[in-house]
Amino acid sequence: MGVTLARAAQWTAAGSGTGTLEITPLNESLLNQIIKFAEDFSTKHPQEAAYVFREPLEWKTQLDSSAFGEGYEINEATVQSEAKHKDGQPLLVLSASTLRVRSFDQLSRLLRIAMEKKLKEAQACLEANRDPIVKILGPEYGTIEGEDTSILHLFDKVKKESDLEAELKMKIILLLHQLDLQLLNSSLKQISQDVRLNPAAVNNEVNLLRNFSGQGEDTVLESLEYTSDYIFSNGCRAPPWRQVHGEICYLVIKPHDTDPLYITCSTAGVFLNGGQLKGKDIDYERKSDLYKDIITFLRERSPRFVENMAKQGYHFSKEPAHKKNYQHVEDAEISDQSQSFYDFTENRRRGKVCGRGKSSSAGSPDERSKLCMKWESSGLSASQSRDKAPKKNFEEEGKHSTVPVTTKKKASGQSKMVKIKKASKCKASSSLEDLGESSSDTDEDEQPVRRQEGNTDLSAEYWGIQKLAKYVKGGDPTATVIALCSMRDFNLSQETCQLAIRDTGCLEVLINLLDTEEIKCQAGSLKILKEISQNILIRHAIADLGGLEIMVKILDSVDTNLKCLAAETIANVARFKRARKTVRQHGGIKKLVELLDCVSVGTSYQGKDIETARCGALALWSCSKSTKNKKAIRTAGGIPLLARWLKCPHANILIPVVGTLQECASEPSYRLAIRTEGMIENLVKNLSSEHEELQMHCASAIFKCAEDEETRDLVREHEGLQPLSDLLDNSENKQLLAAVTGAIWKCAISRENVLKFQEYKTVETLVTLLTDQPEEVLINVIGALGECCQEQENRGAIRRCGGIAPLVKLLTATNQALLVNVNKAVGGCAMEPENMLIIDSLDGVRLLWSLLKNPNPDVQASAAWALCPCVENAKNSGEMVRSFVGGLELIVNLLKSKDKEVLTSVCAAIANIAKDEENLAVMTDHGVVPLLSRLANTNNNKLRRHLAEAIANCCMWGNNRVAFGESKAVAPLARYLKSKDPLVHRATALALYQLSEDPNNCVIMHENGVVKLLLAMVGSTDDTLQEAAAGCIANIRRLALATEKAKYG
Amino acid sequence: AAMSRKGMKLLVDSLTRSAKHFNKSEVECLVKLFDTLVAKACREYAGAGFDRTVFRDTLHSALGMMDEVVLDRVFSIFDGDNDGCITVVEWVEGLAVLLRGTLEEKMKLCFTVYDLNGDGYISKEEMFQMLKNSLLIQPADEEPDEGVKDLVEIALKKMASTCLFVAFLLQDHDHDGKLSFTDFEKAVRDENLLLEAFGPCLPDIK
Repeated sequence: MGVTLARAAQWTAAGSGTGTLEITPLNESLLNQIIKFAEDFSTKHPQEAAYVFREPLEWKTQLDSSAFGEGYEINEATVQSEAKHKDGQPLLVLSASTLRVRSFDQLSRLLRIAMEKKLKEAQACLEANRDPIVKILGPEYGTIEGEDTSILHLFDKVKKESDLEAELKMKIILLLHQLDLQLLNSSLKQISQDVRLNPAAVNNEVNLLRNFSGQGEDTVLESLEYTSDYIFSNGCRAPPWRQVHGEICYLVIKPHDTDPLYITCSTAGVFLNGGQLKGKDIDYERKSDLYKDIITFLRERSPRFVENMAKQGYHFSKEPAHKKNYQHVEDAEISDQSQSFYDFTENRRRGKVCGRGKSSSAGSPDERSKLCMKWESSGLSASQSRDKAPKKNFEEEGKHSTVPVTTKKKASGQSKMVKIKKASKCKASSSLEDLGESSSDTDEDEQPVRRQEGNTDLSAEYWGIQKLAKYVKGGDPTATVIALCSMRDFNLSQETCQLAIRDTGCLEVLINLLDTEEIKCQAGSLKILKEISQNILIRHAIADLGGLEIMVKILDSVDTNLKCLAAETIANVARFKRARKTVRQHGGIKKLVELLDCVSVGTSYQGKDIETARCGALALWSCSKSTKNKKAIRTAGGIPLLARWLKCPHANILIPVVGTLQECASEPSYRLAIRTEGMIENLVKNLSSEHEELQMHCASAIFKCAEDEETRDLVREHEGLQPLSDLLDNSENKQLLAAVTGAIWKCAISRENVLKFQEYKTVETLVTLLTDQPEEVLINVIGALGECCQEQENRGAIRRCGGIAPLVKLLTATNQALLVNVNKAVGGCAMEPENMLIIDSLDGVRLLWSLLKNPNPDVQASAAWALCPCVENAKNSGEMVRSFVGGLELIVNLLKSKDKEVLTSVCAAIANIAKDEENLAVMTDHGVVPLLSRLANTNNNKLRRHLAEAIANCCMWGNNRVAFGESKAVAPLARYLKSKDPLVHRATALALYQLSEDPNNCVIMHENGVVKLLLAMVGSTDDTLQEAAAGCIANIRRLALATEKAKYG
Repeated sequence: AAMSRKGMKLLVDSLTRSAKHFNKSEVECLVKLFDTLVAKACREYAGAGFDRTVFRDTLHSALGMMDEVVLDRVFSIFDGDNDGCITVVEWVEGLAVLLRGTLEEKMKLCFTVYDLNGDGYISKEEMFQMLKNSLLIQPADEEPDEGVKDLVEIALKKMASTCLFVAFLLQDHDHDGKLSFTDFEKAVRDENLLLEAFGPCLPDIK
């Protein structure tokens, strides 16, 4: 019982405390079983019934004394049972509506007395006693979550002391266990019957109802609104703490004839909630029964809804009716198939007769009939799907003549959709094994949207295509080719036609045709598939029907034209992950790469070769969006071929080639190859092409490749910086602009390139692009400006062109990648005192500071870095920093971050802030000393350097020097001197010099052997290092002398 | 037939020139093949050539062409002088078009094959003749010929569409229901797959 109550029963408030049992069908049946158990207990097990509970079960009852009769002593409002325990306590006591019961016997009697209030009493009892077994048998029998040791416990006891009580307890506990098992079983049955709603189902239903809602007499509802527009990633709209209870979303429904209804949709069903409270809150308590969906709920609540719904001609199908409907569809299909099988056998017979008739006149009959057979075998697959859709409709029409035709067509269409979905789902799950498939890379992976097959009137195109489909399915190659060619006269770029081809079952036939040996039919079919695969639904359908596998096979064909068509179609279909994987797994990548390898010799390109290579490259481009395919292209030897075609002057082949390259450039191996195979030169050359698309892909390839320093140099050496800079003038094509600014950004990481850009006045142009640009352009523009800030002249240029204000304004952006770049650029600008004046006047430092609160560590780090020059260069910076309420505490607390870069940047910022004594005092109060000391044990030289600087500057307050010694920062610092980085030496020497003012620190330093290392540094050419080292040695020496003097003096 | 070495050389030279698509050695081979075929044929033509049956069997076994009607038509095209006998010149020149012909030549060949009565047009009746066996599955509830007739309409519409439109503009109803060579040529140039629109008449080169 314990287990069931804890797990299966539905409590309103999760967690501990006094929850209440909800009135759900499940709970009700559980309670009824418990009542039956308790009621029959005294008759079935009289001995056990007499057992006195360890503690009484106690609850607030609704029974009053008048209900009790024989066997009870009634004294006004209090009732006592005549039956008493050994110690004289009555086994049942009722006083002031509190009931205490101490045996099953009394419990049984009580339930009988309670009559129709039984259920209420049992509920109250269980609510008040969440674990009744503990009260009945004692705390050692409690069910601990997850394990039930009560029986074992009892066994132990029985073994030790075999008394009557233990035996009784044993029996009771066994009985209770039995009950528990029984309850769990029945609740399981209940649960499995439950309608489990999900967000998608609810959403579909809401959308459906919305179509029929609005003002006016005939609508089913006035309105239907979600209470919240925000959708969590799991599709729920309920806040997370309510999702725990299975709630999905809340709706406000205004029917025509009742008050607004506030309902909750949960996984268990739909119910009325307490409505909207003041403000935005909702009273989540359930106020009605559960319904399996919104429509069922509304049918109970609003008569007008039912009435108007009927007017809409919408066919309400209850669950069983629905199933039946589906059955019909299936039946229809099966009969259809057997029919076509009959057709086929019939056909084959006829075919054979023909064959024989002919063979008498012309030679080698064997060969001929073989050819016949080949054709027929394709005819078989074709005929199977013959005229499926329309037949289905007719079948249905015959079966329910009462329902209007339109709704039925819809139904059949939908059931088909469902099937396709199912199929694709299966495949999706099977692809789980392929976890390596890059889910992280940039690939746009499309999902077919499930759309309402809205218009039920079939278009003229549909009938036209259906007529032709008949000949495609049932004709010999000649007839098929005529029909296929004629089909291409329809506007196949139009969705109606694309879907008509699918819905007439023609798509299957087209794919089956690919599997024949008739080149003309294959070509005709591919020409259609190539067009209609522009449609996402068709693409998925082709993949589902196994079209990709066959097309990959066609890539081996001797007919070049056919290969091209197949490659082009693959290029269209392979726009989603599963398709790309199919191509790879069937060896398609290698074959596609081979298409690029059709150049015979030298540089003279044949038209045919270019076309073949173009189609191959198109397909590779689509496929290259998956990481594994990138690798496959490389291992198939694709890179040198791509490099060869890159030298070709024709834009139509260059676009897919460069497209593939830039897609693959996300892989380091490709970047290396692009650099070493001399492709940068050609990429740079094509930046000056007339085709914007080609320019864009070239720029985008450079963008990705220029992560590597050598590539950046190559771009400069091939004079690619000027064309990049020139392309900024074309600011209308945003995709091109994004790619170009990206390339400039990455190239500007090299200082020589920045100098070149300076020559081309690139900074001035970039500043004009700071406003009214899409985010992907802005990110790159600002990234580029940030890099250009390396040069003082550019920092001035940004100011002169009015670039600082828009930059500071962007500190309030939300895109994190953008923020990182903005921070960097603002920080770069802040290195100029003149710029700093402007930044300060725009409140830029405050904005930067508040970005320390951003959850993204990259943003935090870049903001902290940017703060360094700000604090250094702002006038009255100490004053300014203090004016940020809570600012110092915020930055000190960032020393607890786990991100190395954040730590480093914050140390650098603290080193700057600590130069102001008052601020240092505040930071000391916030515990900067122990936090810095904690970081001391690190091997990261960059962090060491800035940490040492921070420690050096933090020594200037109070007894911080002593504190650093106490928090064990000195010994690790001493070790920094062994680092190879001179910048670390300098900062460390400064810190040690400061710390050596404290004698204890000197001792530690001496113990760690700093003197020898410092002595070497005294000879450094770096004045600061020299002085600090010398100062530190002097302090240590002075201490030693003083000690000697004290000892011997 | 025995031929002097010199005569052979002259023949080959002239055929190489007239048939364009073959080189000398190919022509030589074809001439040799011709000789064996003639030897196989009955003596009726006294060694000057071979007849329809030999032609049909040869094309069938060597090139996999099967349709009797088509083979008959191809024979008549080869047999330029219409004497029922293929001479060596007719043989080599005919094969040049059949195997190596340009699109232009092939279009002419196909059109002539389909133009059964040789009136310069492919009429609906001719199309019907060519297509009558092309439907493997007859639509169940229709007249047996209905499907083929329908298909003829589709083909006509597809291939004559532009010309029909012009004819419509010119109120010229003579064009109706026929396909001229211009129509055919235009349709095939648009869509090469339509070259053999009314049945295979060129060998499949695989």
